[in-house]
Amino acid sequence: MNEFPEGLEKRLAARGVNRRDFLKFCSLMTATLALPIRYQPKVAAALAAATRPALIWLEFQDCAGNTEALLRASRPPIEKLVLDILSVDYHETIMAPAGKQAEKSLLDSVQANKGKYLVVVEGSIPTKDNGVYCTVGGRSAMDIARQVCGSAAATISAGACSFYGGWPAAAPNPTGAVGVKDLMPGIPLLNMPGCPVNVVNLTAAVVHFLTFGALPATDQFGRPLFAYGTRIHDNCERRAHFDAGEYVQEWGDEGHRKGWCLYKMGCKGPATFHNCPTVRYNDGVSWPVGAGHGCVGCSELGFWDTMSPFYRRLPDVKGFGVEASADQIGVAVVAGVAAAFGAHGVISAIRAQRDPIAKHKDGATPVSTEDTPQAGKGA
Amino acid sequence: MAKIAIDPITRIEGHLRIEAQVDGNTVSDAWSTGTMFRGMEIILRGRDPRDAWVFTQRICGVCTTVHAGTSVRAVENALGITIPYNANVLRNLIENAQFVQDHVIHFYHLHALDWVDIVSALSADPAGTAKLQQSISDWPLSSATYFKGVQDRVKAFVESGQLGPFANGYWGHPAYKLPPEANLMAVAHYLEALDWQRKIIRIHALLGAKNPHLQTYLVGGMATPIDPNSQNAINADKIAMLKTWFAEARGFVEKVYIPDVLAVASFYKDWAGIGAGLGNYLSYGEFPLDVNYSQFFLPRGVILAKDLSKVLPMDHQKVAEYVTHSWYDYKGGDQNALHPWDGETQPHYTGPQPPYDQMVGEGAKYSWLKAPRYDNTPMEVGPLSRMLVAYASGVKPVKDTVDFVLKSLGVGPEALFSTLGRTAARAVEALVLMQAAEGWVDALSENIKRGDLKVHNGEKWDPATWPKEAKGFGFFEAPRGSLGHWVWIKDGAIQNYQCVVPSTWNGSPRDAQGRRGAWEEAVVGTPVADPERPLEILRTVHSFDPCMACSVHVTDTTGREMLRVRVK
Repeated sequence: MNEFPEGLEKRLAARGVNRRDFLKFCSLMTATLALPIRYQPKVAAALAAATRPALIWLEFQDCAGNTEALLRASRPPIEKLVLDILSVDYHETIMAPAGKQAEKSLLDSVQANKGKYLVVVEGSIPTKDNGVYCTVGGRSAMDIARQVCGSAAATISAGACSFYGGWPAAAPNPTGAVGVKDLMPGIPLLNMPGCPVNVVNLTAAVVHFLTFGALPATDQFGRPLFAYGTRIHDNCERRAHFDAGEYVQEWGDEGHRKGWCLYKMGCKGPATFHNCPTVRYNDGVSWPVGAGHGCVGCSELGFWDTMSPFYRRLPDVKGFGVEASADQIGVAVVAGVAAAFGAHGVISAIRAQRDPIAKHKDGATPVSTEDTPQAGKGA
Repeated sequence: MAKIAIDPITRIEGHLRIEAQVDGNTVSDAWSTGTMFRGMEIILRGRDPRDAWVFTQRICGVCTTVHAGTSVRAVENALGITIPYNANVLRNLIENAQFVQDHVIHFYHLHALDWVDIVSALSADPAGTAKLQQSISDWPLSSATYFKGVQDRVKAFVESGQLGPFANGYWGHPAYKLPPEANLMAVAHYLEALDWQRKIIRIHALLGAKNPHLQTYLVGGMATPIDPNSQNAINADKIAMLKTWFAEARGFVEKVYIPDVLAVASFYKDWAGIGAGLGNYLSYGEFPLDVNYSQFFLPRGVILAKDLSKVLPMDHQKVAEYVTHSWYDYKGGDQNALHPWDGETQPHYTGPQPPYDQMVGEGAKYSWLKAPRYDNTPMEVGPLSRMLVAYASGVKPVKDTVDFVLKSLGVGPEALFSTLGRTAARAVEALVLMQAAEGWVDALSENIKRGDLKVHNGEKWDPATWPKEAKGFGFFEAPRGSLGHWVWIKDGAIQNYQCVVPSTWNGSPRDAQGRRGAWEEAVVGTPVADPERPLEILRTVHSFDPCMACSVHVTDTTGREMLRVRVK
């Protein structure tokens, strides 16, 4: 282990961190980021730097759900993040000072760490009426975001609201709420949607940034591929039931109790890119489909309008190519399993040609159909 | 004489500004300003009422679950749906875990730094801290070596020169009274509680997919199935996990939280005479003991003018909101209060343009919060209100625990009407709920044993079965107090939706009669040693556990053309 930088052990000891636990955490992070194991020493060195990198956490039109998610962090646990790895210089929900003293903490950090600090933004930014719909210390969210994100090394938008405006931007968007990318196109920005963000992904992205000094590779929506690169439907533990035409028909029915596919109950997994099925939530205990409720598509752009009503199944062939066929599979199952497989083979072929998800991957708009409400374009 | 502004109030959820008039080191008047607005109710109009819980849950991520629970109750009430027994127990168990996790986080991570001086902990004798810890409970993390380790860690942190969230705190403020040894104990528990909250909230993931923002509510019941013969449902294994996690949660509450509250309170008994506030208390009742909501574990009721000899019945028709000092207009004039059924609001900001230093003066509008009143009277809501209503109603576990706390501190029931009383009531509630949890899990498994696996009543799931028009009231006691949703459904879609939430009650601005809201009233009379570092004001405001994201909302009745979502 002499690849590890000099002084690392001493610094760990001074911070009361057990070396073994620390290295275990580093290898876990290396794995979450899908990096070869040879990067582990680099990860370790970054996480035990002599000066802890400054992090500023801004809350605007938020519900603090992403903050709460942060508190559930276990890789590393929140107290290690705050005490040992980062210098969380401003976070309204946890910081000791209030008022003037809190504002001083923010300005001190921005000035002392200009161009070097990391910002996490939680909540949307209202742009209507000079931003009177969200002020902190008498300043508008727009004003604060421009100043703080403008001088940062990088910004991470955590959750759906800072991604594109979230539910405050759902039709008719009464306050002109937008995400960080809309207010400040062009700044180094990583979008980590979800409602709220999965903290496993958030901490992995922070570790990636600390290790390489750069943000991870992203899709066209600025979302890191390691977390948003695969479709929920393709990694879903219930996928076999979808393929076999085994669907939940009513809440609490036999299929529901046995863990069958929730597609007919409105699950948006086939239209959603997120790693929920593999990383799950709260130390891997569960995730929405695993617990028996369909996905609502919370990591997708405009999901409050494009994915709702949440209990209506994703539209049929015109837009998607599954619904009508799923019913046919149901009929086929009665006739025989072999027939069902046959039917599904045909559907897969159709889907490959017409699936808007494939386009979605290549940069076109997410699922849109004539059946989907034309809301969410803002007002 | 000075007017001071504290903005942002930190260690709360959301965006709050408090302005206070300080005369001779005492607060003589105060103004509470909510500085953020999103417009949930405008957004809900025209949508499928079965989706409303997914939206409203996102009003707040701290008290996640409570708006979801209120919303499904409101729609069920409108459509006349009775949920299955299992669904009611599941909702109660989820809420029990929510309350306790929320209360513990509030005490250690949001409120403690008002009473605990971290820097002072550096000069503590760890052996003294060990002795203190061992004298108050048999919690195993109590050795001098353990506390020395915590102290070393804090020392290394402070010496790094990067104080992070603890920079610019009020360390060394004359209002801090704990000896260094007690401060060190509290710092250790601050860290332990961080670890504890993450573990116990796995109960929410087990019963509802994830936390924050559980994904398991349904109009008509719950989405987590029950089946003893399935791995994909609540089964014996999951019930065993539930019991283990609830037991772990209870251990911390009994052996750390309650003893800490008592220990800290014993150094701050003067705060049992500060921060009383309005003296009027409201509770909608929570943890229904039956599916008809005829009985509650924590009862429903109203107490006026601190009179514990009378608990008045609660009637939601007596709830009404003023906008006289809020940034909204009423068509019929701002002097009238309106019941949420007739809720009518048009946002109209008349405050100073940002950036600003001064909020406008007397008589003007100054908040995004409306001013709810019950029977035209300002009320306090929250754990203290619930504990007082339960105490006055003679609920035995509450009465026993409250009496135990009062006796331990050597004070009478009048001490409850205070900043300290609010903080103690929250701890009492956590303990009472933890003691009840195991019985609720047993009730669930007994019912499953009888063969009842039902979690959802689907009779009215299909909107085709709904009446053309229906109105409903959903009540809830959230950790921070009384929460109501009022829904009006027409042609299968939401016609109108209104939320009146705990921090709107507590944080409300003045009403048409100029009467202050609960925080404003409670802060009056608070001593302030140094107006530049108003630690004491934070104590009283934090004792209410403000939640600003919840408190601001609006209903639009201007007849604007709204998108109508077709409901299949």
